[in-house]
Amino acid sequence: MRFFLHADGRREGLGVSVPGGTAFVPVIAAGGPRFARLLPAKGWLFYVAAALVLFVAFPVLNLAVPPGNVLHLSDYTVTLIGKIMCYAIVALAMDLIWGYTGILSLGHGVFFALGGYAMGMYLMRSIGHEGVYQSDLPDFMVFLDWKAYPWYWSFTDHFWFAALLVVLVPGLLAFVFGYFAFRSRIKGVYFSIITQAMTYAFMLLFFRNDTGFGGNNGFTDFKRILGFSVTAPQTRMALFVLTGAALLGFLLLGRWIVTSKLGRVLTAIRDAETRVMFSGYNPLYFKLFIWTLSAVICGIAGALYVPQVGIINPSEMSPANSIEIAIWTAVGGRGTLFGPVLGAALVNLGKSWFTQVLPEYWLFLLGLLFILVTLFLPRGVAGLLRAARRRTL
Amino acid sequence: MRCLAALALSAMAWSACALAPETLHDLALGDNDAKAKAISVAAASGDTAYLPLLQAVLDGEVQTVGDAQILLVKGDTATDLLTGKAVTPLPENRDDVVINNRIRKELRTAIAALKLTAPERAIRLAAARELQTGADEELLPAIGTALAKETDDEIKSLLLLTQASIQLTSKDKNTRLAAIRTLAESNNSTTKTLLLGVLEQNGDTFAEPDADVRAEAEKSLHAVQGRLSAGEMVGRVFSGISLGSILLLAALGLAITYGLMGVINMAHGELIMIGAYTTYVVQNLFRSHFPALFDAYLIAAVPAAFVAAGLVGMALERSVIRFLYGRPLETLLATWGISLILMQSVRTIFGAQNVQVENPSWMSGGIEAISGVVLPWSRIAIIGFAALVLAMMWLLLTRTRLGLFVRAVTQNRTMASCTGVPTRRVDTWAFGLGSGIAGLAGCALSQIGNVGPDLGQSYIVDSFMVVVLGGVGQLAGTVYAAMGLGIVNKFLEAWSGAVLAKIAVLVFIIVFIQKRPQGLFALKGRMAET
Repeated sequence: MRFFLHADGRREGLGVSVPGGTAFVPVIAAGGPRFARLLPAKGWLFYVAAALVLFVAFPVLNLAVPPGNVLHLSDYTVTLIGKIMCYAIVALAMDLIWGYTGILSLGHGVFFALGGYAMGMYLMRSIGHEGVYQSDLPDFMVFLDWKAYPWYWSFTDHFWFAALLVVLVPGLLAFVFGYFAFRSRIKGVYFSIITQAMTYAFMLLFFRNDTGFGGNNGFTDFKRILGFSVTAPQTRMALFVLTGAALLGFLLLGRWIVTSKLGRVLTAIRDAETRVMFSGYNPLYFKLFIWTLSAVICGIAGALYVPQVGIINPSEMSPANSIEIAIWTAVGGRGTLFGPVLGAALVNLGKSWFTQVLPEYWLFLLGLLFILVTLFLPRGVAGLLRAARRRTL
Repeated sequence: MRCLAALALSAMAWSACALAPETLHDLALGDNDAKAKAISVAAASGDTAYLPLLQAVLDGEVQTVGDAQILLVKGDTATDLLTGKAVTPLPENRDDVVINNRIRKELRTAIAALKLTAPERAIRLAAARELQTGADEELLPAIGTALAKETDDEIKSLLLLTQASIQLTSKDKNTRLAAIRTLAESNNSTTKTLLLGVLEQNGDTFAEPDADVRAEAEKSLHAVQGRLSAGEMVGRVFSGISLGSILLLAALGLAITYGLMGVINMAHGELIMIGAYTTYVVQNLFRSHFPALFDAYLIAAVPAAFVAAGLVGMALERSVIRFLYGRPLETLLATWGISLILMQSVRTIFGAQNVQVENPSWMSGGIEAISGVVLPWSRIAIIGFAALVLAMMWLLLTRTRLGLFVRAVTQNRTMASCTGVPTRRVDTWAFGLGSGIAGLAGCALSQIGNVGPDLGQSYIVDSFMVVVLGGVGQLAGTVYAAMGLGIVNKFLEAWSGAVLAKIAVLVFIIVFIQKRPQGLFALKGRMAET
């Protein structure tokens, strides 16, 4: 595999075909234990710095520094950044499947939402008798005049079981869906459209009251998680730190995958799937693995998102939401792991700023972003940064 | 009705004499029970002379002076109903005859019963409809006489139904049995409800105590259901075809652009929306400038929608899509961005609310294909329109030079280019054509649904599914897929509800393309997998 022909017709030599992949070459060539080789020295420095900011600086500024002090970090900011980190995890998952394997999913929102719903079920049950109707059942079930929990709610009052569902439900759905889709070699635009249909179908399903997930209101009004109040600043900070840890963890995991042999095969599938087949690989299992993993990561992000934001409803599954995930990844830069994280942060910060200041122009801007990034910035912000650095060197 | 009452009023002087004084007295001066009784006496008498009186009481035109005089007051003139003589001047101390809702209902029923003997068919029909709810046993003789005289089939069947439903509550077993047998002849959907009511079971107690009657009801129900389900079947196939033709209109354009360029245009739904809004604008122009020609506004709206959406489509192709050839996934995202911008533009220009597009008057109403199944004209028009668009498309693709080029480029772009086909120009025109057809779809949709900024979004997934199912490159695939999806959807809807039906269809498509990844009608030939 000396040459890979890119989807857009570029040719790159020497077996490294990740867009802008030259950065990886010294890494792969360098010695040292496998784990240490994951990031270049400078990368580790950034990584540790990020960990320090997330795990030390933010908690101290939010909890220890009193409100009113200029250095105090407001709860709003903590929730916002926590939320954005969840999105960043999703963008990372999207990058694994799209940026590295070339499969554009327009249905990742459904995995995110399913993870969120699994966690939401636990949170709903831990409300206990404090709902409006003070019943054993969640308010929406009382409202529907249900007498008992449906079977699929069983055991969800245990945290461990809900946590299991967070991983299993998106994972299983992705596995089954992916197996059938990849087996019959559905790919490209077809696959994207089918995933969009999937998320659309799930959205319709979850909008029904009879489905048993609260209809269009979804789950909200959570009171506590593992016995701690969800609104307490300490709980929020704990969730924030947990989300940060997940993000950093998944970054390393992603890095480990894409620099492994598995990752090389995935990239090869992206660039010339037929050739990979002719070389004796069966792309099915490679695709299926990364697709399922990506879905599971999304599910975990959803589970972290719900207690922080305090609501989950079927609009998370709308096709528009899933496409937005793709644009975070595209803005940041596909085929780099750091890019999508940056992209998710940039787009969502822009969104929360714009929707406050100029709400009617946000969609114009988002639309333009879609067009301009695909036309002029195929490598995203990460590509820009890299080009700028190369110029200065 | 007013007219009739007014006519009858002039004849009041002599007809009033025919009324029984005690009935009149009870009606005007009695308490509510006495009034109700008087009304049923009047209704049972079948004497049309009561009709103006009952109407006058209902309209609040009857007044009393003490216990002695009962007056019909019409403007400044009053007639003494007991003597039939005009009373001038109006006495000062008049009291209104007060009626409550129960009496009002009784009055309406009685009036309807009396009107059954009216010479005009329309009045009798309205009366028979009125009687379907609220008739009771005391009206049976009146209905019986009316039935004996009635010649019109529609009125007759309505009356029979009413009669039977009253008889069902009778204490006599044979009457009930007869009623159930009568019901078996009907093909009205309320019959089914009535018969189901007879068969209703609550624990061990039945609504109908007699087993014979229940067995008969069972038999009748079977007969009625058979006839009804045939009607329902026709209705369902029709609404399936109607939905299918909408899907066809929405997906035809998409199939062309996808087949030609391998590009799924996510902004296709918004092009549909542009067509609908163009129709709205044309409608408003006609309303303000040529109100006389309002019924013909569609004649102008159809080409306007085609041109507007087509121009937008060509502009998109020239400015964005052409730079993304060979990168289908990026095109997907870019066109999604375009769709966001188009949607928000429409929101800015026309507001976020739905706008009103009025049907031309000839589109309202419908024809009754078989009893109980009404096919609306608007739906029929859309089916016809879809067929017309399809025919035009077929002509365009098979009989014109542009069509030849489009087919050539679809089959093999490189080869077409080698033989001198200007592929880039063909792309632009074909994209404009596909978008124009989307505009036509929007024009059609504006006639049957809401027109709002989200219009396109609600059809986009469905039209993608049609394209995925039908495959590309052949009109037949799109047609079969659209019709199939439409009909299957409607049948599932009746069986499991709209949302589950939609989900089932999506699942079906996902399973289907396992078997045939290229769709129903893949282009045959050596298609290298890229």
